[in-house]
Amino acid sequence: MARAVTFNRKTGNTILAWSIGLLIFFPILWTILTSFKTEGQAIADPPLFLMFDWTLENYAIVQERSDYLRFLTNSIIIAGGSTLLGIVVAVPAAWSMAFVPSKRTKDILLWMLSTKMLPAVGVLYPIYLIFIELGLLDTKIGLVVVLMLINLPIIVWMLYTYFREIPSEILEAARMDGASLRSEILYVLTPMAIPGIASTILLNFILAWNEAFWTLNLTAAKAAPLTAFIASYSSPEGLFYAKLSAASTMAIAPILILGWFSQKQLVRGLTFGAVK
Amino acid sequence: MMAPAVMLLLGWMLVPLIMTLYFSFKKYLPLRGGDLGWVGFDNYVRFVSSSSFWPSVSTTLIIVGGVLAITLILGTLLALLLDQPMWGQGMVRILVIAPFFVMPTVSALVWKNMFMDANYGLLSYLWEFFGAEPVQWMSQASLISIITIVSWQWLPFATLILLTAIQSLDHEQLEASEMDGATTLKRFWYIILPHLSRAITVVLLIQTIFLLSIFAEIFVTTAGAFGSKTLTYLIFQRVLESQNVGLGSAGGVYAIILANIVAIFLMRIVGQNLDK
Amino acid sequence: MGRIVLDKVTKKFGHVEVIQPLDLTIEEGEFVVFVGPSGCGKSTLLRLIAGLEDVTSGEIYIDESKATELPPAQRKLAMVFQSYALYPHMSVRKNIAFPLKMAKMSQVEIDRRVNAAADVLSLTDYLDRRPAQLSGGQRQRVAIGRAIVREPSAFLFDEPLSNLDAALRVGMRLEISELHARLKTTMIYVTHDQVEAMTMADKIVVLQGGVIEQVGSPLELYRNPCNRFVAGFIGSPKMNFIEGDEAANYGAHTIGIRPEHIVVSESNGDWTGVISVSEHLGSDTFFHVHGTGLAETITVRADGEVAFKHGDTIHLSPRVEMIHKFDAKGLRV
Repeated sequence: MARAVTFNRKTGNTILAWSIGLLIFFPILWTILTSFKTEGQAIADPPLFLMFDWTLENYAIVQERSDYLRFLTNSIIIAGGSTLLGIVVAVPAAWSMAFVPSKRTKDILLWMLSTKMLPAVGVLYPIYLIFIELGLLDTKIGLVVVLMLINLPIIVWMLYTYFREIPSEILEAARMDGASLRSEILYVLTPMAIPGIASTILLNFILAWNEAFWTLNLTAAKAAPLTAFIASYSSPEGLFYAKLSAASTMAIAPILILGWFSQKQLVRGLTFGAVK
Repeated sequence: MMAPAVMLLLGWMLVPLIMTLYFSFKKYLPLRGGDLGWVGFDNYVRFVSSSSFWPSVSTTLIIVGGVLAITLILGTLLALLLDQPMWGQGMVRILVIAPFFVMPTVSALVWKNMFMDANYGLLSYLWEFFGAEPVQWMSQASLISIITIVSWQWLPFATLILLTAIQSLDHEQLEASEMDGATTLKRFWYIILPHLSRAITVVLLIQTIFLLSIFAEIFVTTAGAFGSKTLTYLIFQRVLESQNVGLGSAGGVYAIILANIVAIFLMRIVGQNLDK
Repeated sequence: MGRIVLDKVTKKFGHVEVIQPLDLTIEEGEFVVFVGPSGCGKSTLLRLIAGLEDVTSGEIYIDESKATELPPAQRKLAMVFQSYALYPHMSVRKNIAFPLKMAKMSQVEIDRRVNAAADVLSLTDYLDRRPAQLSGGQRQRVAIGRAIVREPSAFLFDEPLSNLDAALRVGMRLEISELHARLKTTMIYVTHDQVEAMTMADKIVVLQGGVIEQVGSPLELYRNPCNRFVAGFIGSPKMNFIEGDEAANYGAHTIGIRPEHIVVSESNGDWTGVISVSEHLGSDTFFHVHGTGLAETITVRADGEVAFKHGDTIHLSPRVEMIHKFDAKGLRV
């Protein structure tokens, strides 16, 4: 009896959860499907779900008309550059905070977080002005620096929590085993830290990829990444759903795939260790 | 080794902050005369007494409050459901989390056009199918539309964190309360909800900080029209669209103060966790 | 090789003196156990010897040469940690080989030593696995393997068995004792478990509050504890302590009598009480006796076949020659 009840309940859970899951996912699914329709089919009444003439022409048109690849390249350079630069700056900081903590470590960590809380709009004009003065407006290097700075607290924080999980006994064991500082870092610490660093890179690449305040306000034609490329569809001409869908699919596909790998890090990275 | 990270963040925080403070006490119109001298607290008074200020405050509160209510309630329910035994749990989780990885400009545009368009949007088909008059979502129900879009984006975040928290609940506690005769509802109320309280607080605070500064979702949908102008958007318009930097900076200072009030509570929780 | 001398060693953390001026000599080849309650400074003392902590004052000599300032790696000591501290990203083979690689030994020599260690510790079949794929006992062996390949002057063990379950603990205890018998290298072993101390040690060092209470062989400590603390700490079940008039009869402030040194009788004895709990272990029976008017509970060991049960009144007679006498300060008289 008990087994039967459990089985029924499990079936019920499954049906309910999948229905809700598909409902939540539906806008993405619909976007992907629409990207393969012709513009006429995209607005057909009643809507076409799967029975339409699948076509790739939208992808070709989007690339041809608005040079998708250029925006994609910009996105990769900006998100990748800011993440890597952030890692370079953050690793030594997180390292020393995790392994040589002082009384001020906690205060410094919290202060770093507090800079993340600064509302962007509050400093929009100064940044804008600095960018004009330095000739950084609409350049990739400018955005790399700004996105590095806004994500730096998260990078330091994530690395810190990962590094802190490396037990100090391991380091002591290495010292007892006669490892010099160099060998300790090379053979023990680095291999143990790499998974954490990789997770940090992954999550921050995603955050930088999707950032849509500074990328919209500090770029124009040259350095615009995909966020701005999509925003250009907000004032469309004529029939454009299929093309919007194709452009959107191309903008989110890489990150959806990366995102699925980073579920666990998401919690750690965005709650600053407050939820485990 | 912390120095580079600390110096960068210090510069990133202080330089723009001081500039914003500086501008906020000036009459500064870059396109109409530039720096027109000190005006004391004039900008602060004018920002608050302008006809757009109070509507923008209430819009902000409605959007933030609405999204928080929806994501926390649905997120809790969804997390409870996903914690149950079922088939394909991992896959459902992926479906539910996906919207978080969609860049804000994409989700806003897809919802605006393909779902909420009065002529061709899927929701209009749905309304007509049930014999109802299609809604002009963006103009007639702009706040509901924006709340829907933003909630869709943030529901995964709330769900994922609450799910992580639920999974950390000691199942023996639930079994013990079952032995003690607690019904499912009572178990939720007396065991699960108190266990989640910390995670709920964290979600609440983090989302509040991010939601206070949502930008792209408004930028590409209503551009602040139809009563959807938040405080953030109002400041953005003052600074970049009407180029009244002094006034906008005063608004920015208000936004910074507001965000800091929320941040203090978040810091306290994060700080407590650091000590463990 | 393996003689370690501590000369007036102290350690302060901030203003807290966790090790008070302390002298101790560990002879070559000895198995020395540091035992005491948690927070007594036994692990700190071990870490001072290892060089993982710096002494605040005093000197440490290893094999007659001053080692106080030497970094851990140059003290020729090997350590087995409580958490094993294996390198999670290395195979068992690489874990064991790590100290040899650090010493820049030739690959041939490394292989020879690793294989020999694996053979001694029955790890040969697991050499290519990662620590995460091993059981607790196997991980413990790898940690020991990593220590023995270096052929150190002395081994340091920091509560190495406390993460193992009871059955494995007994097994590993024997293995470590066997290892000592075979290698005849000095071993210093920290534990809070007096059974481990009694069964393994040549010499026990009982610590409390950063002070050495007594040093001696297990039986010396059992027979002649120098104070009430050592008397209560060594031996299981614990010694009974009786104060007041009964103690005065023996000319002491407190008398102590071990459960195994009390004779149980149905009809007559010096003391009378009621059994509150009787624990039958088969080989022995332990009675917890109330109502004697001497102490709240008196614990008594009797033969396994004795048939008293809960609620029975019994008579107890201490073996007078086994009574330990202590003064008001707890010192032996």
